[in-house]
Amino acid sequence: MSRSVAVDVHVVQTGVANLASVEAALARAGARALPTLDPAEVRDSARVLLPGVGAFGQAMAALRAHGLDQALRGRIAADRPTLAICLGLQLLAEASEESPGVSGLGVVPGTVRRLPDGVRVPQLGWNTIEAMPECTWLRSGCVCFANSFALREPPHGWRCAMATHGVRFVAGLERGAIVACQFHPELSGRVGHELLCRFVAAGTRAPC
Amino acid sequence: MLTARVIPCLDVQDARVVKGVRFAGLRDAGDPAGLAARYQDEGADEVVVLDVAATPRGRAHQLGTVRAVRSVLGIPLTVGGGVRSRADARALLEAGADRVAVNTAAVRRPELLTELADEFGVQCVVLALDARAVGDPRAGAAGRHEVLIRSGGEATGLGAAPWAARAARLGAGEILVTSHDRDGTRSGYDLELIAAVARAVPVPVVASGGAAHPEHLLAALRAGADAVLAASIFHDAEHSIHAVKEHLHAHGVPVRRADRLLRPIPPMHDVSC
Repeated sequence: MSRSVAVDVHVVQTGVANLASVEAALARAGARALPTLDPAEVRDSARVLLPGVGAFGQAMAALRAHGLDQALRGRIAADRPTLAICLGLQLLAEASEESPGVSGLGVVPGTVRRLPDGVRVPQLGWNTIEAMPECTWLRSGCVCFANSFALREPPHGWRCAMATHGVRFVAGLERGAIVACQFHPELSGRVGHELLCRFVAAGTRAPC
Repeated sequence: MLTARVIPCLDVQDARVVKGVRFAGLRDAGDPAGLAARYQDEGADEVVVLDVAATPRGRAHQLGTVRAVRSVLGIPLTVGGGVRSRADARALLEAGADRVAVNTAAVRRPELLTELADEFGVQCVVLALDARAVGDPRAGAAGRHEVLIRSGGEATGLGAAPWAARAARLGAGEILVTSHDRDGTRSGYDLELIAAVARAVPVPVVASGGAAHPEHLLAALRAGADAVLAASIFHDAEHSIHAVKEHLHAHGVPVRRADRLLRPIPPMHDVSC
């Protein structure tokens, strides 16, 4: 991709701080981050990134307050290029032990669970993920995590990358143009940079 | 399997990297963003920036440093120095830090840890704990290290392990434990201090203070640390991060090394798809 062509990525701004790492990483991948809370943009724009730092319940409340839960469900049903990161992946699930009683987006079957006792929680640092051979977005490699919760069961209907921290957990999910990472591609060095480049190239004719 | 992290630390003052010997006698050692990019290319797992003279007046400098480092860094960045409030932490996170380290302010007002964890998540909150060995060796490890604040200038009477345990309960998602006795001495980490803190908390522990040789880093990991932080041995290029990680790998410690082995990493800002 030519550096001179800026590609826009709309970044869902759920009100929780720290989009700076995502914005800097998108810039290095040749894209411009456009923060948004507009449901029409979230539903229809060419590329949307759903970041996630913070708690499950707070983030779902923020999405609902702006009508972004429906916008994201619509976007994903229409298979428009979408990248969910960390908590963003967890928000796709039905629920989380972090915030009992709060419904997630329900796009991915399953409940997010706390990582087990006996290993350091939060999981901070680099862990190896194994992507299923049929994955098109996710690749096996060493990537960077910062999480206390994770989905454990590979959900039906999604291709997965798996990793282990005390227990096997879902490190990444993909289906069509939708990709979700429990890890942080924006903090995963070259491996993460390459994933962001593939995402930025989605829907453009430029090979990446 | 989660790998052991090797973390270069940049001690920064007025937007320049300096390095400390027992927190005094600082010597200029370079540009923060340039050094951070170099360490990233060498295989650093994350970078810590500690503003050793963070004051309200120095805050603008500090935020500028964080922005500059963030623009070139595609690995985690922890920033500490003078963080006293949620507003201080938010400013650093918005400038590009992934985690903030709190030291003196958390001892003075421990509930700050809970406030930060509630707002930003535990994975963003690092307790920086400075300690020195004290007292009766028969008192047991937990009673043998006292927490210091104000860059080592003030003793608190708190035991290191009990304070670490309380901080983790309150919301710290990581403990960065520095031996004030060993810092700058090149005599190796205080393994007893590291082991005591690592046993006391369920969150990750980063060892700091005294590293001069790859053997020291290996010993700290074997004592229970999840990550090892060092400054001068990397600044002086005595031991590259790559060489240190190869040493750890050769001794059976899981480390991230594929990036380096597959191909050299060009600077992030020069990478095109």
